[in-house]
Amino acid sequence: MITFSKQQLKIPQLQRPVYLVTAGQSKFDRAFPDKRIEELCIDAFTMAAGLLDISPAELKRYIHSCYYGHFADHFGDQLLGESVIHDRLGLDPLGNVGVKTGGATGGSTIWEGMKAVASGYSDCVLVMGWERMDEVPTDEGNFLISCAADKDWESPLGHIYTGYYAVMAQRYWQIFGKSEESFRKTLAEIAVKHHGYARFNPFAQSPMKITVDDVLKSPIVAYPLRTLDCCLMSVGAACTILCDEDTAVKLTKNSKNKPLRIWVAAGSHTLRPADRRDMAIPLLPHETADQYKDLGERFPGGERYPGFTGFLAARMAAYYGYGMAGITNPMEDLDVLELHDAFTISDVQTYEDIGLRPYGYGRNYVESGDCYHTNPHTGKPGKLPSNLSGGLIGCMHAVGATGIMQTFEIATHIWDRWAEIHGDAKLWQQFNREKPEDWTNLQVKGAKRGMAISHAGVGSHVTSTILMDPDHLMKKDA
Amino acid sequence: MSMYGQVFVKNNQYKLKGVFHHLTPNTPIRNADDGWKLMGVTNPRDMTYIHSYGGEAIFFESLSQGKLLATRCDNPDCETSGTIYIPFRIHCPDCLAKNTVIDLTDIAKKTARVHTFMTCARSGAFNLLDKPIRFINIEFDGVATILMSYLSIGDPTIGMKVVPIFKTCGPTFTILDLSWVPKGTGQGQLPEGFSF
Ligand SMILES: [Zn+2]
Repeated sequence: MITFSKQQLKIPQLQRPVYLVTAGQSKFDRAFPDKRIEELCIDAFTMAAGLLDISPAELKRYIHSCYYGHFADHFGDQLLGESVIHDRLGLDPLGNVGVKTGGATGGSTIWEGMKAVASGYSDCVLVMGWERMDEVPTDEGNFLISCAADKDWESPLGHIYTGYYAVMAQRYWQIFGKSEESFRKTLAEIAVKHHGYARFNPFAQSPMKITVDDVLKSPIVAYPLRTLDCCLMSVGAACTILCDEDTAVKLTKNSKNKPLRIWVAAGSHTLRPADRRDMAIPLLPHETADQYKDLGERFPGGERYPGFTGFLAARMAAYYGYGMAGITNPMEDLDVLELHDAFTISDVQTYEDIGLRPYGYGRNYVESGDCYHTNPHTGKPGKLPSNLSGGLIGCMHAVGATGIMQTFEIATHIWDRWAEIHGDAKLWQQFNREKPEDWTNLQVKGAKRGMAISHAGVGSHVTSTILMDPDHLMKKDA
Repeated sequence: MSMYGQVFVKNNQYKLKGVFHHLTPNTPIRNADDGWKLMGVTNPRDMTYIHSYGGEAIFFESLSQGKLLATRCDNPDCETSGTIYIPFRIHCPDCLAKNTVIDLTDIAKKTARVHTFMTCARSGAFNLLDKPIRFINIEFDGVATILMSYLSIGDPTIGMKVVPIFKTCGPTFTILDLSWVPKGTGQGQLPEGFSF
């Protein structure tokens, strides 16, 4: 049984408030044979400057240090790719550093940028993430991805990362999902939702108008998961600009962007699920130990925590993040979410890790209709909509950019600019994508607080990025 | 015919023999929709790495001898002293003392059961296992961790009792030398090169 010390459980403290003032992203797609990654990074940066109504050159004058998220060097076959991007953005001689934490790279990069501003080292930083996964064929790509597993103990087993992940899904499916057909349908509804929301997002790679039946009839990847349950493999870039209060005020002077308060926290867990040891469930502010006393009776086999069914890293990222931002109950305090839906089933697991529902009851977040922009049962706004971008299943998973794309999405809601950006006919045209006749405004009305979860592989790294309208903080000294 | 790259150690130095990379020419990538204009280039590469198992070498050597090794922290001052680890951990993750190597073969034969599993029709490049791959994660009595491996015979279910088999004939000296079969499987049914 693992226990944690008081020092380890300390709620992180920033030396001064940090603000997100703008963000931008490129088009996301499976392949870009006609573009270098630096071209996509420049697209993202140009958009971020545009949302502030200033030129890229003007924005660059404020930047003091740079944080670059790019996970898979071997996909791009270029070490120090960060340095290439930094040069092409014309940001020398500023200090820069590369960050890599698997699927959580985007979130971790924001984490680093936030700390630089919070500490006073920089007043304004660039956080930029990207990934290029189209320069090897799929089989070789699967091999390269499997290199993120343990090279001696896991990767030789088929060189297929999905397999290492899917065993965890299987356990959750049988123990907490009780292998119920109704639960399988709930998972399919998540895929329908995310591919469906992607239809209204010009950046998104996989817009689809599909039904639960379509998902259930798609080819099996690893039972019970099917192709439409799985995230995309993508190319693209996303960025954001973080700064202190004075710089935030200056930079947003002529812009519709309001500076948003930002907190990022991180958790981790073993690279090999095999190494996970048992522990008591770390509790979030709205939970009690009592509520989990009989978890094993309610879900036979569910008594081991985190076992193969919980993501301790996500739980810890939520624990630290909620503590920093003053969140006592995410369902009540937050208005919009972007979650790391690598697979439909891991989306459900995450609902529990971050406390949207108690352990064992994640599916209810979907079945209640709370997760939708508009609750399908009541026709009223969903209580806490998630992945209106389409998420990793419908929009993209360009690894190093993913956590930043999610944060961009949350910000557009709080700025009340979601419709302006996602509905822009020129952008649809520029991306050579057809804006659907039934394009729907997914702006979450009155959104003041949101969160993005960035997650690596089998749960080795997870970050929580929390954004708030500074006039609607949860606590004064946050 | 070039010889595969081979390595041995002498005086704690690597000694190399044979060919460690092969040359394949670059070829242009052109656009069929736009007058075959140049878009890029292929970059072929085929090379052999040299990798040390370090303190885990004994684990991989033992598989080829039909033994499953684990490790245990025996530091009396450690909070989690007595904890048994497989995957093999050279050092205790809590006190960082050097763990004791123990033979887990008997415990595995008597108590191994499937914690979870997945049958996977896909694989990545360089896969050497037959498809579909039946991934299993195995729990043992008295062991803190849950080992990942693969089932060679039958369809896995949660709770299924399994026993280890070892590639003692023609071993690869990788984790693939360890596999599992349902309890009660006969020697005659085992895949080539494997024994109990
Ligand atoms: Zn110890």
